[in-house]
Amino acid sequence: MLKKMTFAAALATATILSGAASAKTFVFCSEGSPEGFDPGLYTAGTTFDAAAHTVYNRLLEFKKGTTETEPGLAESYETSADGLEYTFKLRSGVKFQTTDYFTPTRDLNADDVIFSYDRQMNKDNPWNQYIAGGSWEYFAGMGFPDLIASIEKVDDMTVKFKLKRKEAPFLANVAMPFASIMSKEYADKLEAAGTKEKLNQQPLGTGPFQFVAYQQDAAIRYKANPDYWGGKQKIDDLVFAITTDAAVRYQKLQAGECHLMPYPNAADVQAMKSNPALTVQEQEGLNIAYVAFNTTQAPFDKVEVRKALSMAVNKQAIVDAVFQGAATPAKNPIPPTMWSYNDAVQDDTYDPEAAKKMLEDAGVKDLSMKVWAMPVARPYMLNARRAAELMQSDFAKVGVNVEIVSYEWAEYLERSKAKDRDGAVILGWTGDNGDPDNFLDTLLGCDAIGGNNRAQWCNKEFDDLVTKAKESSDQAERTKLYEQAQVIFKKEAPWITVDHSLSVVPMRKEVTGFVQSPLGDFAFDGVDLAE
Amino acid sequence: MVRFLLGRLAVLIPTFIGVSIIAFSFIRLLPGDPVALLSGERVMSPERHAIISAQLGFDRPIVVQYLDYIWGILRGDFGTSIVTKQPILESFFALFPATLELSICAILFAIILGIPAGIFAAIKRGSFFDQTIMGTALVGYSMPIFWWGLLLIILFSGILQWTPVSGRISLLYFFPPVTGFMLIDSLISGQAGAFKSAASHLILPTIVLGTIPLAVIARQTRSAMLEVLSEDYVRTARAKGLSPLRVIGVHALRNAMIPVITTIGLQVGVMLAGAILTETIFSWPGIGKWMVDSVFRRDYPVIQGGLLMIAAIIMVVNLIVDLLYGLINPRIRH
Repeated sequence: MLKKMTFAAALATATILSGAASAKTFVFCSEGSPEGFDPGLYTAGTTFDAAAHTVYNRLLEFKKGTTETEPGLAESYETSADGLEYTFKLRSGVKFQTTDYFTPTRDLNADDVIFSYDRQMNKDNPWNQYIAGGSWEYFAGMGFPDLIASIEKVDDMTVKFKLKRKEAPFLANVAMPFASIMSKEYADKLEAAGTKEKLNQQPLGTGPFQFVAYQQDAAIRYKANPDYWGGKQKIDDLVFAITTDAAVRYQKLQAGECHLMPYPNAADVQAMKSNPALTVQEQEGLNIAYVAFNTTQAPFDKVEVRKALSMAVNKQAIVDAVFQGAATPAKNPIPPTMWSYNDAVQDDTYDPEAAKKMLEDAGVKDLSMKVWAMPVARPYMLNARRAAELMQSDFAKVGVNVEIVSYEWAEYLERSKAKDRDGAVILGWTGDNGDPDNFLDTLLGCDAIGGNNRAQWCNKEFDDLVTKAKESSDQAERTKLYEQAQVIFKKEAPWITVDHSLSVVPMRKEVTGFVQSPLGDFAFDGVDLAE
Repeated sequence: MVRFLLGRLAVLIPTFIGVSIIAFSFIRLLPGDPVALLSGERVMSPERHAIISAQLGFDRPIVVQYLDYIWGILRGDFGTSIVTKQPILESFFALFPATLELSICAILFAIILGIPAGIFAAIKRGSFFDQTIMGTALVGYSMPIFWWGLLLIILFSGILQWTPVSGRISLLYFFPPVTGFMLIDSLISGQAGAFKSAASHLILPTIVLGTIPLAVIARQTRSAMLEVLSEDYVRTARAKGLSPLRVIGVHALRNAMIPVITTIGLQVGVMLAGAILTETIFSWPGIGKWMVDSVFRRDYPVIQGGLLMIAAIIMVVNLIVDLLYGLINPRIRH
C-alpha cells in the first residue's frame, strides 16, 4: 500500500513538473558541478554562477558588462567624511522567493543583511559552523575579518557598516558573490527544524531565478522568480546542463541541446565563428598571466637582468601558439578593461640582440635558471608548458639556459610562495571585484610577500602609491595614483607581463540579451530566446 | 557449499582491510594539499590553514586518522566530502544507479554480441569471417575510450544527429528519481517520450563502455570454443550423429562457458574503470565522474569511500562468479 502511495505521489509531482517543461527554457551547458549553494562557503566561479548570480542579490551589484557597482538590494548608500562608515538604505518591498520548501511572510529588511554578514564574521553565530569543516574563504580572502569593526541596524531598512580603516575597494567587495544576502526568516526556520545544512542545498534569496532542483552532477533547474524586484525574466525556466568536457559542450551547442556554453577549446573557436547557427562573443578578460622572478635572489635582484629577460621573450609568439590569437600581449599588470589602465606605458620591445648585450653589461654569463610551468590550464594561461618551452628557446637566444619544472597544482601554488624559491614562476590572476587594488596591492604589495607576491618584490615608492590609492575614496585621485604605480612597475620589471586572454562565449543565434561580465561570471538575467 | 561460502567471506575481510589501507595511504602520497586547494590562487594564511586542517582532522598522525576512519566505516559512516560537505554514502547511492544502469547495458551489449561472434569465429576458424571478427575485436580492445567516445559523438550526434550528445535524458523531462534507473523511472513517470529519450541517451555510452568487454568476450569465447571442440567427447557426440546445433549448443558451449563467465566477472572491474572515462565524456552523472572530480579536488574522503565501495562491489561480483561455476558445471561443486 505504502509503495503504491509513493508511486502515486511521484506520478503527481512528475505531472506537475512536466507542465512547466513546455515553457520557454534556456539551457546553459555549464562546465562543472557546483560545490554547494551557499556562495559564502566557496571560491569557484562555477559555484557562483550556479548559486550567487541566479538565486541571490547583493547590497550593490556590478553593472552589467562593467566592473562598476550600482544599487542592488541597497537603493543608496552614504559614506562618512572620515571614510570609516558606510550606511546602506535598503530597497523596500523586496520579496524573498516563494518555493515549495519555503513561503516567506515578510519582505527583505536589515536583519537579513546583518545575518548574511554576521554568520561569516562572528564565531559565536550559530551559523558560523553550520557545515562541519565549512569555512568562509572569500570573506577571509578579501580581508573582511580585519576590516569590519561592526555592522549595526539603524532601523528596519538601514544598515551601517563601521570599518577599522579606510578602504575604497570595500564597495566593490560588497557586490561580490560571497556577500549575497540570505533570508534570516528561512534560516530561522531551518534552524528550528534542525536542518541547517539545507541552506547549502536548497538556496532561497531575492534573485531573478529561484531554485527548483539539483540532480547531482547532471543538471540544476531554476524557474523565473515571479516576484523579482527587477521584474520577471523573459525566460520561464533556466537549466544548467553540467557538461565537463569542452568538446562535448560544443557538440551539444551545435545540436541545439544547449543555448550557451563557457570555455570553448581554443582550437574550436574558428569553426564556431563560421557556423551560421552560432554567434561568438569575445571580450578581453579581467586577467593577467605573468612570469614572476624572485627579485630577492641573484641575479634577478638586478633590474637590468629582469629587463633584459623581459625583452628576450617573444610574447606575440606565445599568444599565437597557446591561444591561437585569443589573447593580447600584456604590458601592464592590470588588464586594459580595468579603470586606471595606463596605456601610455611602453612595453619592453622584443629584441634578443639588445637583451643579450644588456645581460653582458650586467656581468651575467652562462646563466642557468628554472622556469616554472603550471600543471593546469587557467583562463589566463591555457598551456603553461608550451609557453615555458617557447620562453626556453627565446632565452637560449640570449645565452640563458632554462630548465622547465612543474609540480602538482596545490604543490605549485604552495612552493612558489617560498621566499627563497629559485627561478621564475609562470602564474596569473583573474580579478575578483574589478578594482585595481585587487591586482596591484594583492599581487605586488609588500604585505603580500610570502603569499600572493610571487616576485617577493617590495618597492617602497610603488607600495606607498598603492596604499594611498586604497585609502582614498576619490576615484580620479585613485586613477592617477594607480597610473603612476604602473610606470614604476614597468621600470622595475618584477614580472614579465605575458598576456591578457580573451573570454570567448559561443551561443546559439536565437539567444538575445546576454551580456558578458568582465569578471568572468555567467549571469542570465535579461536573457531571452528569439522565436 | 556453505563452508565454501564462509571460507570465501573470511578471505574478503583481510582483502578489504588491505584495500582500505591502500586507498587511505596512496591518495595521501599524492602531492597536493586539499586544504590549500580550497582557496585556489587566493593564498590562505598559515593560521587559517592550520585551523581548517584541524577542523578536518588532518593535523593528527596518519595512523590515528586511519583508525578513526575505519571506526567510522564500522559504524556505517564513510565521512563527508571536504568540498561539497555531503555525506559520502548519500552521494554514492544517489549516483551509483546511473553507473550500474550504464554498466548493465554495456555488459549485456558485450555478451549479446560477443558470445555469438566468438562461437561463429570458432566454428569458421581461419575463414574470412573469423579473421574479420578477431581483427575488429583487436581494434576494439586497443581503442582509447576517450577518443572512441568523441569520435562516435561527432559522427552520430554531430554530423548525423541520430543520437543525443550527452546526459541521461533530455532536459525537457524532469521527474523525481524513484529507482535511480532512468529507463525504469522514465516509464514510471508516464511522460510521453521520456523512455525513448532515456534509451536514446544510453546508446552511445553503452557502445563505448561495452567495446572493450565485447572484444575480450569474443576472443575468450572463440579460444574456449576451439579448445572444447577438439575434445574427445565432442567428437563422440558428433560420431553419435547428433545435430551440429546440439553438439555446439549443448555439449561444447556449456563447458566453454566456464572461462567465459570468469572473463565476464573480471570485466566488472574493467567496466568500473571504463566508466570513469565514459561518464566524463558523456556527462553521465555516475560514480566514475564523481571520483574523477574528487581526485582533482583532492577530496580524500570521497576518493577513499568511493574506492572502498568499488572494491567491495568487485569482490562481491567475483564471489558470485565463483558460485555460478557450480551451477554451470556440476563437476565443480566446492
